[in-house]
Amino acid sequence: MEKPEKGAGGGRSRDARGEAGATVNRRDFLRVVAVAGGAAFLGTAADAEALYDLSGWPDRMGMLTDLTECVGCRSCEAACNAANRLPAPEVPFDEKSVFEQKRRPTANAYTVVNRYEPPKSGNPVYRKVQCNHCEEPSCAAACPVRAYTKTPEGAVLYDKDVCFGCRYCMVACPFYAPAYDYESALEPRVVKCTMCHGRVKAGGVPACAGACPMGAVVFGKRKELLSVARDRIRKHPDRYVDRIYGEVEAGGTSWMYLSGVPFGELDFPTKLPGKPIVENTKGFLSAVPLVLTLWPALLGMCYAANRNKEEKE
Amino acid sequence: MNTDYLVKADTFTARFLDKLTMGMPLSEYARRLVTPFNAVAAVLLSLGLPLIGLRFWKGLATVTHASNEYPWSILLGWGLFSGVPLSATGYVMATAVYIFGFKKYHPLVRLGVLTGFMGYLFAVIYLLIDIGRPWRIYYPMAVSFGPTSVLFLVAWHVATYLTVQLLEFSPAILEWIHARRTRRWAILITVAMTIAGVILSTLHQSALGALFLMAPGKLHPLWYSAFIPVFFFISSIYAGFCMVIAVSTVASRYLRDKADGQFLDSLDGLTVGLGKGACIAMFVYFALRVIGVAHDDNWALLATPYGYWFLTEIVLFVLAPCVVLTVGVKHRSARIVRAGAFHALAGVVLTRLNISILMFNWNLPGHFQAIVPPVREVLIVLSIITLHILIFRWILNRMPVMREDPAYQEEPH
Repeated sequence: MEKPEKGAGGGRSRDARGEAGATVNRRDFLRVVAVAGGAAFLGTAADAEALYDLSGWPDRMGMLTDLTECVGCRSCEAACNAANRLPAPEVPFDEKSVFEQKRRPTANAYTVVNRYEPPKSGNPVYRKVQCNHCEEPSCAAACPVRAYTKTPEGAVLYDKDVCFGCRYCMVACPFYAPAYDYESALEPRVVKCTMCHGRVKAGGVPACAGACPMGAVVFGKRKELLSVARDRIRKHPDRYVDRIYGEVEAGGTSWMYLSGVPFGELDFPTKLPGKPIVENTKGFLSAVPLVLTLWPALLGMCYAANRNKEEKE
Repeated sequence: MNTDYLVKADTFTARFLDKLTMGMPLSEYARRLVTPFNAVAAVLLSLGLPLIGLRFWKGLATVTHASNEYPWSILLGWGLFSGVPLSATGYVMATAVYIFGFKKYHPLVRLGVLTGFMGYLFAVIYLLIDIGRPWRIYYPMAVSFGPTSVLFLVAWHVATYLTVQLLEFSPAILEWIHARRTRRWAILITVAMTIAGVILSTLHQSALGALFLMAPGKLHPLWYSAFIPVFFFISSIYAGFCMVIAVSTVASRYLRDKADGQFLDSLDGLTVGLGKGACIAMFVYFALRVIGVAHDDNWALLATPYGYWFLTEIVLFVLAPCVVLTVGVKHRSARIVRAGAFHALAGVVLTRLNISILMFNWNLPGHFQAIVPPVREVLIVLSIITLHILIFRWILNRMPVMREDPAYQEEPH
């Protein structure tokens, strides 16, 4: 059975096909229901749908890391540490032995660089890891106390003052970005890159981008960075794989990457949906009000039916 | 005037002590506490409770294997994700009796509601140890709202449902302290509280599964399914029935003198009936799990080691206990049904641990080393389980749960 489409549109397409007989009557009936039940209502619903389809803050900023340029000097790590007044590292930032292990951002480091030796590449490839500042962040959608904000400038910021430490944001983050201060007994916080939000607001650039001697990390409007990235791939098809990581992953991220080897070889999660992950919970969450309203009525009816039976007996 | 006051206080103290020691002189009561079970309990508590102290002194890092990749450890894998379905007892029993009219199960309702209430209370206790700043646990309810979060729903529902279950159990407490008039009020709200309980349970049991919808790619695809909320809800129904069978089995065996004749005489027959209910839910659940594989076209994954583990779970821990229960129901054998119920409960816990721990981050290097809990965390869990059992026993020993108080037999229930 054809469902009446939004408003009268379904009716129009039926007329065009010119069906006849009982079918028409039934469909006419459906159309009447659709129109009477909600012409005005569905009209506004369609508008709301248009409003809902936000494509993000218009002038949001982003970062582009070109992994083919990175030489693994760790200047970005040092600059990040200084800019965010983080504790001094256990081994100094010019120490290369850290590359023997794969590291990840921690409560004391917003960003780390890892070294990879992909099979088909003659040289090692370095990958900088930090929060990717999603366009529609999973951490923010998962947070029960709304401790996360996607700012108009692009950064995803965390507010320790409302956080109670459930760590669902860490479960939800597809990039394993947030770290947690497990060492702290009473004031643990989630820790992650802020895309140097304060510096950006003051007209500066994030510390890592400012410190990179190779220009491997650049800061700019996300829109422009995307076209820069596309240009580079077009001009040097032999240098890059044909993919901008972060363009669509999990609905897109502010931080994007270019690479000379497939991203999977550098431990990038490559099987993420191309839409915001929060979409996966929307079906469930929209069933919630239905249960809240339908269950009492249905269960109340069961109860009444049983009372009725008892009274007869 | 002063002496009057003292006499009064003295009677109150005496009555109070009488309640606590179950009418025995203090020395007699103390003597009876010396049992092998209590000795083991004392050892576990003396090991585990200081470790909980350590968590609040030196941080979670000193007691759990939780890490930046594995934010949730067995404190939640066991305490929340396994504990909540095992506590579905309250809503399934109250609904069966008060809404669907299966009146003959009435002797088991209070035991079911108490099991549920205690289960949720302890789920919250595990949470309070695990979360970073437990004194902010009310923040989702009062300070900052995150309605896009499935966990926001869980927080609200668990808090509300804990209150609902306390109200549902309150008649037993009120009978214990002889508050006849208040008890009448508590009885009046039974049906409303039962319906509230089903709504809240439907939503948060399924929401515990929906939490993992945010982790595609982290949870193995055989366990990640759009149906996961339904899986969690349906499995909570049979977990509830089986848990009532399990708890009544243990309680009627070890606290036989606290149950009345009606409870003990009807127990075997009611156990078979509950087994029947569990069977139906389990067949539905098994079918849904298979449909889940078909829905995502994951058949090929069944021929991998993870697939064998998946098959172990749904065949040996869902279908097999379901068959045992069916045989027990056919032969009207409470013994077989009890065996099937314990088996099914092991399956529920296995599924929840699979989803929250074993199959979470399955593709990270070093996964199976990372999920082994440290001894300290195991001791914490064991000590909380011990505390749970002790408090449960304390209540069963004192309040009319497995028996009807003769003084209230004429009153509405």
